[in-house]
Amino acid sequence: MAQVLIRNLNKMYDEVHAVKDVNLEIRDKEFMVFVGPSGCGKTTTLRMIAGLETINSGQILIGDTVVNDLPPMDRDIAMVFQNYALYPHMTVYDNMAFGLKMRKFEKAEIRRRVQDAAEILDIQHYLNRKPRQLSGGQRQRVALGRAIVRHPQVFLFDEPLSNLDAKLRVQMRAELKKLHVRLGTTAVYVTHDQVEAMTLGDRVVVMRDGWVQQVGEPLELYHQPANRFVAGFLGSPAMNFATMRVSAEQGDELWVAGDGLRLQVPAYLADRIGPYAGKALTLGIRPEDLRLATDGDPPGSVFEAVVELVEQLGSETLLDTRAGRETIVAAVEATSRIRMRDRLQLAANPNRLHFFDTATETAV
Amino acid sequence: MIEGAAWRKWVFVNIPIILFVFVLLFPFYWMVITTVRPDAELYRPWNAPNYNPFWTWQPTLEHIQYLLEETLFGTWMLNTMIIALTSTVISLVCGVFAGYALARLNFPFAGSLGTGIFVTYLVPQTLLFIPLSDIIRNFRLGDSPWALILTYPTFLIPFCTWLMMGYFKAIPKELEECARIDGASRFKAMLYIILPIAVPGILSAGIFAFTLSWNEFIYALVFLASPEQKTVPVGVTSELIRGDVFFWGPLMAGALLGSIPVALVYSFFVEHYVAGMTGAVKG
Repeated sequence: MAQVLIRNLNKMYDEVHAVKDVNLEIRDKEFMVFVGPSGCGKTTTLRMIAGLETINSGQILIGDTVVNDLPPMDRDIAMVFQNYALYPHMTVYDNMAFGLKMRKFEKAEIRRRVQDAAEILDIQHYLNRKPRQLSGGQRQRVALGRAIVRHPQVFLFDEPLSNLDAKLRVQMRAELKKLHVRLGTTAVYVTHDQVEAMTLGDRVVVMRDGWVQQVGEPLELYHQPANRFVAGFLGSPAMNFATMRVSAEQGDELWVAGDGLRLQVPAYLADRIGPYAGKALTLGIRPEDLRLATDGDPPGSVFEAVVELVEQLGSETLLDTRAGRETIVAAVEATSRIRMRDRLQLAANPNRLHFFDTATETAV
Repeated sequence: MIEGAAWRKWVFVNIPIILFVFVLLFPFYWMVITTVRPDAELYRPWNAPNYNPFWTWQPTLEHIQYLLEETLFGTWMLNTMIIALTSTVISLVCGVFAGYALARLNFPFAGSLGTGIFVTYLVPQTLLFIPLSDIIRNFRLGDSPWALILTYPTFLIPFCTWLMMGYFKAIPKELEECARIDGASRFKAMLYIILPIAVPGILSAGIFAFTLSWNEFIYALVFLASPEQKTVPVGVTSELIRGDVFFWGPLMAGALLGSIPVALVYSFFVEHYVAGMTGAVKG
């Protein structure tokens, strides 16, 4: 078990600056998830921790050791790859035992560890099979087993679930989480799937274009995104954004108005929004923070919209609506009987409004 | 195949295949029939009334007997075997390592080096034997098996390297990365993971290299002079064509016996060989 410390990490390919000044502390026993769109540098960072990519500048420490110049075999890590990377010519047992054999463990100890891991993962009946005789989910388990028999200091996962079908992915996701709780090994997990990031991570790192955008616990990122990118990346359906103009009215009331919707800024945000009076801001509202307005709603939180599309998910209903020129998605109760082209009043939860500087995109 | 279009299948598939097989196998048939045909029939003029080149009613083993007893055919077979095996092994070892390096190690000019190696393979032997014979003379290797063992790799290594490079590139990089994280050095990862997976490719390269050096003619003709040093292709053609007289019977017997080892090698490894050519690595 160990912490991983990343200091001013940089990676340059010929023309591309893939990882830019990443600083990060991954705590002992923590499950840290790197998430971001493809090409954001998350996999490159993981591969640098693994020792599969050279480091251009900066430092990586595993435990108390600077590992910059250590070969992968000396870093005491285990990695699970997206395509499983099972050795096709070896049986499941030999696949799992390979790392221990390389490290010259005794036969009995190897057998004990492989049996233990096989039991944890429920693959003890497949130990004599070759990888090609296994299903995708079973291969995934073998890949996990190969990692855990080693009792490494850190697990590295490179999109391990993306080759599985949707149902199996959800199931393996839960098992991974349980496995981590049980083993308590520090884990670094790379994914482009924000649901995996939210559900698995003790903390989540959101990356974009090589920069770390924000680091924090999943709900912290969800409710207090540092910028517009994080706000839009996490959550499905994604957050609605609308460009608004801030105006001070009737004494100290602050309003924001865009094309088609006009909302009052709640008092707790007044200090921060005040300086933007007369200027533009980007408003962000999550679909689930919108609902059908009732008579009791204060006028400052209600706006009118025309329904363009109704998507019934069963548990809830998504409304693609148009308010002026802005497209707003609202998640409302599944029981509501709403049809396309209905004109309706939507109410925004005033405590869940997000504002972003239009130029810098950082949260206000 | 669309139902009711049987004639299409005949025109576009069956008949071409039959023609192809016929064209490929006819020389072998000719070889066999000439080998067992007595001299009296072989040298019968084409307009003789009982001229029948495609069949014989008096099969004989006299040509094979002549070949084995009156010529150095056994020695030639042994020479060819030693030379082909040794140069194949040398070329395979070099080709596997070079192919791995070109496919996996990032070093400057790896790409252009790969292309360069392929280009050397394209230089025709009919040009290359001129400078090579100079080298052979300088090293005083002429008229010894070493002349061929050392020159065959000049075209076998580029061939093996190129074939192995393609095969290694088809093996997922992650297998090796995983092995290196698991505790193997790069060399051990290659030894325990990559090479076992690449066995079909290595076998294909080996079979090809063996066949190429077994059949090689020009270098063997130029670099070897004394009859007891010759290889099968050169020995048979130089010792059984005397002046303008072709000893067709022993000549064909030599060709037939000489092609048996290659046929055996192919039939033993044909499954691996096909897998190697289609480059199938499944995870």
